[in-house]
Amino acid sequence: MKSLISKLAIVALLLTLSGCGYNTFQSLDEESKAAWSEVLNQYQRRADLVPNLVETVKGYAEHEKEVLTEVAEARSKVGSMQVTPEVLNDPEAFAKFQAAQGQLTSALSRLMAVAENYPNLKADQGFRDLQAQLEGTENRVTVARNRYIETVKEYNTAVRSFPNNLTAIVFGYKTKPNFSVENEKAISVAPKVEFGDKK
Amino acid sequence: MSYLKAGFLALCLTMLLASRMTFALVEVPELRARVTDLTGTLTAPQQASLEAKLKVLEDKKGSQVAILILPSTQPEDIAQYSIRAVEKWQLGREKPDDGVLLLVAKNDRKLRIEVGRGLEGAIPDIYAKRIISDVISPRFKGGDFFSGLDAGIDSLSKLIEGEALPIPEPQKENISIDQLLPMLLFGGLVSGLVLRGMFGTFVGSALNGGLVGIIVYWLGTALFGASIIGFIAFFITMMLGSRGINGYSGYPGSYGGGPGSGGWSGSGDVFSGGGGDFGGGGASGDW
Repeated sequence: MKSLISKLAIVALLLTLSGCGYNTFQSLDEESKAAWSEVLNQYQRRADLVPNLVETVKGYAEHEKEVLTEVAEARSKVGSMQVTPEVLNDPEAFAKFQAAQGQLTSALSRLMAVAENYPNLKADQGFRDLQAQLEGTENRVTVARNRYIETVKEYNTAVRSFPNNLTAIVFGYKTKPNFSVENEKAISVAPKVEFGDKK
Repeated sequence: MSYLKAGFLALCLTMLLASRMTFALVEVPELRARVTDLTGTLTAPQQASLEAKLKVLEDKKGSQVAILILPSTQPEDIAQYSIRAVEKWQLGREKPDDGVLLLVAKNDRKLRIEVGRGLEGAIPDIYAKRIISDVISPRFKGGDFFSGLDAGIDSLSKLIEGEALPIPEPQKENISIDQLLPMLLFGGLVSGLVLRGMFGTFVGSALNGGLVGIIVYWLGTALFGASIIGFIAFFITMMLGSRGINGYSGYPGSYGGGPGSGGWSGSGDVFSGGGGDFGGGGASGDW
């Protein structure tokens, strides 16, 4: 009977530990990491599209140097960035990463807007395919970002709320940075393009 | 002065609420059939013919393709609405993630092919875009929605058929309680004795009844039936001889009388998603 009681006590102890949110942290932490790699994955996919896109546009609109350099610069900045998992736990590095990706986003949308002025470019099948790929990838980025936002929200709520926060302190779980609203705004603002009187 | 402030605040609040309401998102309808037409564009026979085509595809390849026609996705972009729709509908099987949604926002004159993760190789964005701009849009421009959808489905099917996907499994049979009854009886008996030994007659019996009820419910019996079985198990455990094994003989007889079947999901022709995942792949277009 005594051994039964001690066994029950062990079970109870384990249950309390999971009751304090330790297991929740584990699974949410993993989930947010997975969501983050998906974000990186899609950003990478986008960056891989850029060289081809730039080449194709150059073929038809060589004198649009400004936009083309802008895209190339943003692309190389994104490419030179070291994205380690630690970025997730470092708000500053995270913000930098965001800024670089945001810059590429706006440079690319400017490029696509400029392309509208070149009917021959627009009719090029290669360009149309790249355009479809870019659109698809941008959409995947949005979806991946939204899912990351959701999982981090869940994780941060778990880390902050009582009594889980005590466990979080004991085991050193910190809140993770999320995509901030200011960022979102900067990215989603449509680029201003002058049509007509330029030519 | 403070009245003025309060009035101003109230005004702000109302305006906030009003703006919230006008920006309410379009709701994703319940998934009941492969073809959902909220605009009344398709005639019943047309709808049936598309349904049949999509069913043939699912029977053959296992992929779930669905069509949704709605008036508008405003204020959302069609891609945003579309990802919400597939997150709710979960088209496609869980592991191969082989669902596709063909979404048409009629008044916005926009359409989208949303491709499940597992089909992004078979239907890359480029192909999805070409199906939209070369196959569907020209027909939509002429006002012929049915033939546009029909031809679009054909093109999608062709791509899906070229993909090696796991063979669709025949519908899983529901486990019948009758088959499990001997095991349940034995298990319930043993757990009853153990729990009574540990927690005393009443608490132990109650726990055992709850346990049996939960297991039966989990096996697919309706909640009501499961709770009846749970109660029966509770009483039987109570009635077991005070020192355990004595009451053994009374157990099986009364237990076997429990309702043998619950109301597990009627196998009607309601269509439902299989848990497929989407990552935002596909293409959008207009006409």
